[in-house]
Amino acid sequence: MNERDLRHQIADVKAGRLSRREFVQRMIAVGLTAPMAGAMLAHSGIAVAAEAIPYKPTKAGGGGPLKLLLWQAPTLLNPHFAVGTKDQEACRLFYEPLAGWDKEGNLVPILAAEIPSPENGSLAADGLSVTWKLKQGVKWHDGKPFTADDVIFNWEYANNPETSAVSIGSYKNVKQIEKIDDYTVKLIFPQPTPFWADAFVASYGPIIPKHLFADYIGAKSREAPANLKPVGTGPYVFVDFKPGDTVAGKRNPDYHVPTQPYFDTVEIKGGGDAVSAARAVLQTGEYDYAYNLQVEDEILTKLEAGGQGKTELTLTGNIEYIGLNVTDPNVEVDGEKASLKTKHPLFSDPEVRKAINLLIDRTSVQKFIYGRAGVATPNFLNNPERFRSKNNTFEFSIEKANQILDAAGWKKGSSGVREKDGKPLKFVFQTSINGPRQKNQAIIKQAFQKAGIEVELKSVVASVFFSSDVANPDTYSHFYCDMQMYQTTMPQADPQFFMNQFVSTEAATKENKWQGRNICRWQNKEYDETYKLAQSELDPVKRAAHFIKLNDLVVRDNYVLPEINRLNAIGVKNGMSLYKSGWDNDLAFIASWYRAS
Amino acid sequence: MGNYLLRRLIVAVPSLLGISLILFVLLALAPGDPFGELASNPNVPPEVREALRAKFGMNDPIMLRYLHWLVAMFQGDWGFSFASRVNVDSLILQRIPTTLYVVGTAQILALAVALPVGVLAARRPYSIFDQIANTFAFIGFSLPTFFTGLLLILIFSVNLGWLPFVYRADLSATGWQWWWESIKQAIMPVMVLGLYQAASYTRYVRSAVLDVIKLDYVTTARSKGLDERKVIIKHVVRNALIPVVTLVALQMPTVFGGAIVTEQIFRIPGIGSLLISAILANDTPVIMAVTFVFACLVVLFNLIADILYGWLDPRISFR
Repeated sequence: MNERDLRHQIADVKAGRLSRREFVQRMIAVGLTAPMAGAMLAHSGIAVAAEAIPYKPTKAGGGGPLKLLLWQAPTLLNPHFAVGTKDQEACRLFYEPLAGWDKEGNLVPILAAEIPSPENGSLAADGLSVTWKLKQGVKWHDGKPFTADDVIFNWEYANNPETSAVSIGSYKNVKQIEKIDDYTVKLIFPQPTPFWADAFVASYGPIIPKHLFADYIGAKSREAPANLKPVGTGPYVFVDFKPGDTVAGKRNPDYHVPTQPYFDTVEIKGGGDAVSAARAVLQTGEYDYAYNLQVEDEILTKLEAGGQGKTELTLTGNIEYIGLNVTDPNVEVDGEKASLKTKHPLFSDPEVRKAINLLIDRTSVQKFIYGRAGVATPNFLNNPERFRSKNNTFEFSIEKANQILDAAGWKKGSSGVREKDGKPLKFVFQTSINGPRQKNQAIIKQAFQKAGIEVELKSVVASVFFSSDVANPDTYSHFYCDMQMYQTTMPQADPQFFMNQFVSTEAATKENKWQGRNICRWQNKEYDETYKLAQSELDPVKRAAHFIKLNDLVVRDNYVLPEINRLNAIGVKNGMSLYKSGWDNDLAFIASWYRAS
Repeated sequence: MGNYLLRRLIVAVPSLLGISLILFVLLALAPGDPFGELASNPNVPPEVREALRAKFGMNDPIMLRYLHWLVAMFQGDWGFSFASRVNVDSLILQRIPTTLYVVGTAQILALAVALPVGVLAARRPYSIFDQIANTFAFIGFSLPTFFTGLLLILIFSVNLGWLPFVYRADLSATGWQWWWESIKQAIMPVMVLGLYQAASYTRYVRSAVLDVIKLDYVTTARSKGLDERKVIIKHVVRNALIPVVTLVALQMPTVFGGAIVTEQIFRIPGIGSLLISAILANDTPVIMAVTFVFACLVVLFNLIADILYGWLDPRISFR
């Protein structure tokens, strides 16, 4: 799909031949995100009001307690320090960003009065600035007014390296913020920035009050009392916090949406494991909601038979994929294994990679391991099932793989293992220790054996595999192995950060202490150039075409083999109506949650 | 006695130093990284991760870090948790009450079951009661707590729906309702821990009583025509309990240290679950503090056990 195809499809939407939803689905199928699709439509003059978030109660309060179960317990309540989703979710009870992402990838104003757009003149044509108008009359929980000064303060706070905020990635790209008046701010970017909805938006966007944090900017950031006793603008007022255990809040009577929230109190209980969290919602109904149920589908279905609740699945960009090492992990060059100066002895033959791709039985993996919570895919960031991309398809065929290998000169030896020029087709395949992954490895190994490829399976404890320990050779970023499998997550609605993991300069090497994000060390000039173009392209349609090309470039070289697009499963008690988007935190719209009696 | 105490306390210092050094070095050498979660997040630039490592002093040599830790510890500064950026001592204090309540009650339950059962079983060895008690004790300590815990959850929470299996430290109820709910949610964990402990205590009590009950002075007491109850309580149990007291004293640190597995199953916010989540997050200051406090308690209760021993058995003198 190129720019012309995209424009055709947008024209179809305009003429009503294609529904908006279908367009978004198609974009997702070629590796884009819903927010990008929304941006394209908006840019082409198809202004769509964000879908109204369903909410029936006519007045705030009266809903009793809301009980949430997060099997990973929140450990801190400052959104700028929120390392994992568990902390981000907990922060969303009390703090709010200017806007959040809805299911369809549209921005929904929360603390903003409206979403910036070219029509209302708040989005500069040169992409160098964006103007946010703030909602007026919003009060912090302690009664002080929320103003532009608070917004500017958050940028200063996060941007100060001494603060060591993990949100810095979203704020360092803002060069200056101008205060137009008490309720208007103008963000100025150093270069044209197509993805302007990063700072102050969604998971890293929640705004903390200046009057409580101003004295704790920089090195003293840890000492702020409000780190543990949040004072925000959100639907719930802080009551109690025990790190690693519970967070409690009560209804904010002055919430800026007068009919919300419905529940009188809220409690987040943390800890335990995913299976028993699923049980507490689906089977016994002790809790109203459980997040991130990474549990085998078979077990979820059994628990659902308890009749207290059901599993809800949301699309995400998270992908379980298999990476083939471009470099040779068994040769040391200048004291570095898997150096960029080497080439993998087996995988450098494109026919071998093609055969390997044919030997991954994605359909079976989906069917027998992930069930409802995964969709087999040939693309790096999508969900194809119904709208399979025209560009890429996947196939499982041992026969074809055998033919390809035969034709390429890899002959079966006496032991049944293929070899060529004295090199046997034999390698090591690693992943983290995790039930579904070991089953997945076994399925792949079986197919490989039938094609005369011998593979040794290796599994590493997750806390080691995913650590950034420079000294440990078993981490996924060292990749001292031939083949590995893991899930890479897409925490942001825009693919720009996500796709930088195949840029040449990002290759994980000794020099950057294996902190580079290009783990397979795949390097491609065309990719680098296209990525650069995408970074500064302001026309969303052209930009989308670039990202589609990036995806195709990676996937077609067969070093990176996408396998399963994983969905996010949550447990919801019967009767609960909770709006949740895959492009933002689960609790992003918690103010609108209610119980239909 | 005073001399003995002083000597023991002085000996304790190097052993505690040794323990802390070994713990610290092991933790430092163990694989893993508190900022691992940041590594897989593309939104966090590697520089931030590096800055955090530097800020938390993780790039210094191990010995230097150990010295820093030791000096701070002596000044009462236990450091702060990497995961929550909260001071470690307040994290631990927050969780002590829950652990004391649950694990302490379980210990009391264990003793309340083990003492009578053990004594009765030993009084008539190989009787039907003894056989039954033995069988149950055997089953009791053969079944791991994670198994009995899940079993109880299946029976009482899932099938019968009587008891909650998620333990809540801040119950919203007040008054009698609060008491009732706190008792209700503690029943299963206390049973799991208490009965497991009771099983092993029973066997100790039984064998200790058996050792004593055949001695000549017991026969003498009986032949004097003393009431059987008096013989058992005053003459037998009192002497038989000496090894049991030592055993119980040595179990005391776990009352503070929590029960890792059981706390995890029932989501009890105690020390055990703090320790396990700190280990999973590679949160070194918390792991160090909890394990070190635990080591101190073990040393302390060892000393207490020794002193109790001398008090119960005057034949032992302190030199």
